[in-house]
Amino acid sequence: MNTPLSWIKAYVPDLDCTVQEYVDKMTLSGSHVESYVKFDKNLEKIVVGRIEEIKPHPDADKLVVCQVNIGKETIQIVTGAKNVKEGDVIPVVLDGGKVAGGHDGSKPPEEGIKIKKGKLRGIESNGMMCGIEELGSSRDFYPEAPEDGVYVFEKDADVALGDDAVKALGLDETVVEFEITSNRVDCFSMIGMAREVAATFEKELHLPKVTQTGNSEDVNDYISVEVADKELCPRYVARVVKNIKLAPSPKWMQRRLAAMGIRSINNIVDITNYVMEEYGQPMHAYDLDTIEDKKIIVKRAENETFVTLDGQERKLDNTVLMINDGKKEIGIAGIMGGENSMVNDNMTTMLFEAACFDGTNIRLSSKKVGLRTDASSKFEKGLDPNTAMEAMNRACQLIEELGAGEVVGGAVDIYPNPVGEKRLPFEPEKMNALLGTDVSKEEMFSYFKMLDLVYDADANELIIPTFRQDLECMADLAEEVARFYGYDNIPVTLPRGEATAGKKSFKNRVEDVARDVAEQNGFCGGMCYSFESPKVFDKLLLPQDSEYRKAIVISNPLGEDFSIMRTISLNGMLTSLATNYNRRNKNVRLYEMGNVYLPKALPLTELPEERMKFTLGMYGEGDFFTLKGVVEELFEKLGLKNQMTYNPNEKKPFLHPGRQADIYYHDVYIGYLGQVHPEAASNFDLEVDTYVAVIDMPNLTEHATFNRKYEGIAKYPAVTRDLSMVMKKEILVGDVEAIFKKKGGKLLEQFELFDVYEGTQIQEGYKSVAYALTFRAKDRSLTDADVNEVLDKILKELTKLDINLRA
Amino acid sequence: MKERLEAIQKEALEKIQNAKTMETLNEIKVEYLGKKGELTQVLKGMKDVAAEDRPKVGQMVNETRTAIEESLEREMNLLAKAKQEEKLAKEVIDVTLPGTKINTGHKHPNQIALEDLERVFIGMGYEIVEGPEVEYDKYNFELLNIPANHPAKDEQDTFYINKEILLRTQTSPVQARVMETGKMPIRMLAPGRVFRSDEVDATHSPSFHQVEGLVVDKNITFSDLKGTLAQFATEFFGPETKVKFRPHHFPFTEPSAEMDITCFKCGGKGCRMCKGSGWIEILGCGMVHPKVLKACGIDPEEYSGFAFGIGLERVTLLKYEIDDMRLLYENDTRFLKQF
Repeated sequence: MNTPLSWIKAYVPDLDCTVQEYVDKMTLSGSHVESYVKFDKNLEKIVVGRIEEIKPHPDADKLVVCQVNIGKETIQIVTGAKNVKEGDVIPVVLDGGKVAGGHDGSKPPEEGIKIKKGKLRGIESNGMMCGIEELGSSRDFYPEAPEDGVYVFEKDADVALGDDAVKALGLDETVVEFEITSNRVDCFSMIGMAREVAATFEKELHLPKVTQTGNSEDVNDYISVEVADKELCPRYVARVVKNIKLAPSPKWMQRRLAAMGIRSINNIVDITNYVMEEYGQPMHAYDLDTIEDKKIIVKRAENETFVTLDGQERKLDNTVLMINDGKKEIGIAGIMGGENSMVNDNMTTMLFEAACFDGTNIRLSSKKVGLRTDASSKFEKGLDPNTAMEAMNRACQLIEELGAGEVVGGAVDIYPNPVGEKRLPFEPEKMNALLGTDVSKEEMFSYFKMLDLVYDADANELIIPTFRQDLECMADLAEEVARFYGYDNIPVTLPRGEATAGKKSFKNRVEDVARDVAEQNGFCGGMCYSFESPKVFDKLLLPQDSEYRKAIVISNPLGEDFSIMRTISLNGMLTSLATNYNRRNKNVRLYEMGNVYLPKALPLTELPEERMKFTLGMYGEGDFFTLKGVVEELFEKLGLKNQMTYNPNEKKPFLHPGRQADIYYHDVYIGYLGQVHPEAASNFDLEVDTYVAVIDMPNLTEHATFNRKYEGIAKYPAVTRDLSMVMKKEILVGDVEAIFKKKGGKLLEQFELFDVYEGTQIQEGYKSVAYALTFRAKDRSLTDADVNEVLDKILKELTKLDINLRA
Repeated sequence: MKERLEAIQKEALEKIQNAKTMETLNEIKVEYLGKKGELTQVLKGMKDVAAEDRPKVGQMVNETRTAIEESLEREMNLLAKAKQEEKLAKEVIDVTLPGTKINTGHKHPNQIALEDLERVFIGMGYEIVEGPEVEYDKYNFELLNIPANHPAKDEQDTFYINKEILLRTQTSPVQARVMETGKMPIRMLAPGRVFRSDEVDATHSPSFHQVEGLVVDKNITFSDLKGTLAQFATEFFGPETKVKFRPHHFPFTEPSAEMDITCFKCGGKGCRMCKGSGWIEILGCGMVHPKVLKACGIDPEEYSGFAFGIGLERVTLLKYEIDDMRLLYENDTRFLKQF
């Protein structure tokens, strides 16, 4: 919400502070200042002067020498402007002064332009006559200014020579932009903001005195109004103005609208805009002669298209509320009037509308129609219907004051369910208890009074004006107290009461360990999106019936690339690796801890399962076993050493068929790892051996433990035996290890693979595998007999798989 | 006898003095002190000495032995030391050569900021909790005093799955879920991923993170909120940090506020980071709206509470002076390795 300070001061004349104080205090009382613009920031020493004499420049055809009377003295100025003549009253910047920019209207420099006296082609010049662009404005807001050249005050301008020209032009203005929160509908108006200013600075608020208007005629003889959809139009006020005299509006009104960025059109249009800004109540004017049955019906759209006053054809549906004259539609309610009924130069009689429309409907209609106007953006916040009549009467008052027409007596007012004032109990103790303050009743009353909240002592209640629809309960009132008592003045304490233990969940602790292990092994933490493109499944070579393809679809995505919730974490990882690869980063290792979203049924009827996946990805140094080492270290840190089995037979299509494994803890699925299938990698532009591991955190967490028991440090010597075996190629070392585990008993302390060999000396289709087995007892030194007993059991079992010791 | 011992001693000490190597010294040791050494020979001849002279002669032999031993030890030590120094001199390295790194990985800057935040609040007795990212409208909006058609629903530009299910736009639904359990008192911190329909650019992302805090207990006041967040600010941003609370509006808190902190780059003097104001907006907060307490089954007459929400990326970007939010999701290791 932009507010020219001069307009605010019109209602709070006693306001006396610097702009910085204004901005700071308003922010602290709840009206957050986004920014402010001082129009005269770079305007210095600019006065009103009159050109007394113009003589040609002796040495330059394009320059003239002027004698300019600036009140106390007459100075000589050389100018190249073509539009000046003797007797013109103009703004003059004096020696040592400053203007905002150049005359061509290009972007003005931050610090403005300094003006110094000097010689132009040998002739002394003691200042500069200013164009409107040099004063930092434009012809949009000063239409009387010439297209090119010096601004010339109009004949009737109320200025004296030597006056401050910046003031005379209304450029001594500061426009403050407030961020208005959605609950404070009343603050989307100059009066609403002025009320906040008055309350903040404890000054009196002077609202415009709206007087009786209208001739002896009766408006009902001109127009009747029927509201067919009362839900969507709680109030409709109409008045009629005849004998319209279209003319420019007065300068003061033009200037205030200009400061808001609104261009002056004519007195009627300017008045509607002015009152809209003043009261926050949008108004609309129709040419009454175009209203065929002299009747207004407010009802939902009947046609599919409508041409608005900007000449655009708009698409409608029957949820959009329209203004209808019984024969045709003449306006989209609350959004924009129609071309067929708009204010025009030949208009003699006008219908003035001030209505209240349902905010939600206007918001949705505005979206549907694809048109958001100043009016609709005000209506959509939900206006107070009680403002409509006040604003209407104010507009008619201005019409009379400006001589823009003759107001017809009376008003049509369709307001079946008037909104009354609310009452809230006055509970000072509760408010102080909530705030942790000790504000006296009297102080509270003084705040409420400034906000037009009236205290009814008999009922011990506060009467809430209807424009404060946001005040609904004690907490709301407490905020009003807090705002004006000052958030800064509220004490600083800490919660007392029962102590609570700060903690992280076990899940989070396990996740932290996973991150630590990844980082210790050179993996950097990444972050990937939760939504992705459905094309991901093809890139990962997943078959059409893959479970992964059962993904949740976002109904209003940012685009196809962000349209489904991921069911697999690989896309983010491979995309990130590819980013690094394309940027020629070497030896990249990344991890990500993030959810996948698995629907229980599609379409979704309940929340999906969100499963945390710990994803590791790498290319460059290292291979499958490097990555396997990392996940094994993780399992070890989580108390699951040597408890996992690795199954190579799952054949995930996105992994290398011969270099992948599903990881199981007993029969619980823990995740998978492998080399990315070269074709899948290539689909991500990864032309390099890439390895990934994806760990299912919920399953891992369920079996993870931080409990440890000290097992003692071995006191008795170990016995080591090497087993060199020959077996069929297909047999997995995992199968061999399973036998070690099963038959090794308590004495087998550990086993370590030290050689796998295929080739000469070994029969075709067979391989040699060698392990070092370590045996140890906790309570004695082992004898050969002890060890052989265990070894025999193992060998017997191995023989069953046709595994034999190498000769 | 005496003369003989003196001669042996003199001869031995001379030899020791002249010895250049450890080997020579060892030879000398054997020559004089060994089983067949000269002194041993003398001792062997003791049987020829008169009984009354034996103690005296024994003493003389021992003195000689000690003298030779001490001299030997002294020289051996000197030689060993010289040898050690010679070795060390050969082992000189160029210490300015680069160290050998293990190349550990790095945490994501967002994760560092999150862990720092969590540490502060865990220390203040808060429990870290989580909630679903795909959430019911009921928890994301309805229970938080954002009814159907509320403009806030539009403002937040929500991603919807269907009418009831959406991608949460805030971590506040976790508040509602925790309150619903009815276990009092509550001191919780809910970090997590949230989603809003913003196109990706330098300052926006359709997916980002919030950290939500909630305290509900008897007699919780706005002054407690101020105190808690002021303490957080000094712990997290540094002991010099000052805070400022400005009135604001959120549907689920009343009164509501935004908290600014003194700019941690310029300390409040005004710089580019704080756009000259000296202050940086850091979080939104307020007293839990009585309607929200009620909707979650808590009696607002008995209990009160405060809540706050911190934009994690905002803190991360500010703290590390990262000028483009997209860097957080690119996962370029040249970026990640800087943290």
